[in-house]
Amino acid sequence: MAVFSRGFGGRARESAPDLPPGQFLTEDFPVLSAGPTPEIYTAEWSFSIRTETGAQHTWDWEQFRALPSELVSTDIHCVTRWSKLGTSWRGVSLDTLFEEVESSYDYVMAHSYGGYTTNLPLEDLLDGKAWIAYEFDGEDLDPEHGGPARLLVPHLYFWKSAKWVRGLVMMKDDEPGFWEQNGYHTYGDPWQEQRYW
Amino acid sequence: MTDWKVGTVTDTRTETPTGRSITISVDGWPGNLAGQHLDLRLTAPDGYQAVRSYSIASVGDGSTVELAVDRFPTGEVSPYLVDDVLPGDQLEVKGPLGRWFVWTPEDTRPIQLVAGGSGIVPLIAMARAHAMSGSTTAFRLLYSVRTPEDRFFADELASLESETFHVDYVYTRSTPADWPTPPRRVTRDVIEALTISAADAPGVFVCGPTGFVEAVARALVELGHDPQSVKTERFGG
Repeated sequence: MAVFSRGFGGRARESAPDLPPGQFLTEDFPVLSAGPTPEIYTAEWSFSIRTETGAQHTWDWEQFRALPSELVSTDIHCVTRWSKLGTSWRGVSLDTLFEEVESSYDYVMAHSYGGYTTNLPLEDLLDGKAWIAYEFDGEDLDPEHGGPARLLVPHLYFWKSAKWVRGLVMMKDDEPGFWEQNGYHTYGDPWQEQRYW
Repeated sequence: MTDWKVGTVTDTRTETPTGRSITISVDGWPGNLAGQHLDLRLTAPDGYQAVRSYSIASVGDGSTVELAVDRFPTGEVSPYLVDDVLPGDQLEVKGPLGRWFVWTPEDTRPIQLVAGGSGIVPLIAMARAHAMSGSTTAFRLLYSVRTPEDRFFADELASLESETFHVDYVYTRSTPADWPTPPRRVTRDVIEALTISAADAPGVFVCGPTGFVEAVARALVELGHDPQSVKTERFGG
C-alpha cells in the first residue's frame, strides 16, 4: 500500500485513458541517448537485414526511400516516464522490408550507428506494428531523435525504437541489447510497466 | 523487479534560488553506485500518484539517499519537492536504477565530468565516490551555470578540490566579481581549454539539459574523443 505524501495535491491530474501506468504527458520531445549523436550522411547510409544463412538484404538510402511508405500516427512511451500522444511519423513498414527475407529465427537484434543495440521478438516487428521512420511531424527526422532513420516500435517502451538504426540481425534466442544489459527489461511493454529487471 | 520502498525525508537544504537538496532515509535501501538514479512516487490524499526519475547525489552503502532538485515552474512534482516537502514527510522510491552512467573506483582512466545546471547531481556523486575511495586517478569537472547563485553544492565542491580533483566554472548569464571572462557558453573552445585532452583518453560523463548535452558531446567528438568513451545523460525537453 502506498504512503501518502503530506501536502502533495498533484497539479495536472494528467490521467488519460491512453496513458500507460506510471507515465506522464509531455508536449515536448525529450531525448534519451547514452552517448554522442552520431553524424550520418544519407549518401553513406544503408540498412540491412541478416539471417542465419548469412543472407543479407541491403538497401541504400535511395533504394530505401523508393519503397512504399506509410504515415503513422501513434502514442510513444519512454521508460523515463514521459509519454507523448498522437505523434506523426512517416516510414517504411517492416512488413515491406521483410517481404523477401526468409528466416526460422524468432528474435531480432537491432544495431545502430554508434554501436547501440536492442533486442526484440520478430513478431513485434511484423503485422503493421513497426517501421523504419525517417520523418517526424512532416520534417526530416532530427539527428538527436535518430535521423536520418530510426526504428519505430511504438507499442513497446521507446528505447526499443533504436535511433540511427543500420540493420537487423536474426537471432535464434532472445539475447539482451544495450539497455537490456544495463538494467532495462528484456521486452518492455509499457502497459505491463516492464521497465526494469 | 524492485519494489517501492518507503522513504522519510530527514533533511532539506536550499542550494540555489530555484533548487534544493533533500535527504531521504529509505527502509531497505541497498546502497547505490555513483551516477545511478531512482524513481520517486508521490501519492495525494485521493490516491492520485505521480512518478518521476531523479539522479542520486549520494553514493555508497548507507540507507539514506540525497537528491537535488531544480524547480521546473510548470512541473507537477519538482515544485512540491523544492517548496513544500518537510523533514518527516513520507514518499516512496524505487531503485537504484541504471548501470550505464556510473563510475566505480575500478575505472582508473582520467575522468572528465561536464555538468549543466542541476546536471551536477549524478556527477557530484562521482566526485564524492572518487574522494571516498582514495582513488588517485585525475578527476576534473566543468560546471556550467547561469550565475554564481545557481551553483549546487558550491561549498562542497570547493572542499573537494585536491591534487586529483579540480572544478572549472563557466557562467552563462553573470559572473562573480573580478571573474577573468565575461558570461559565455560552453563552446568547443571553452571545452578545449578547460577539460582533459582527448590525447589522455579520459572517460567523460556529461549531464544536463538536452541542448547542452548535445552541444558538449558533439564538441567532444570533434576534439578527438572516442564517442564510446563519452557517456551522456539528459533531462528536460
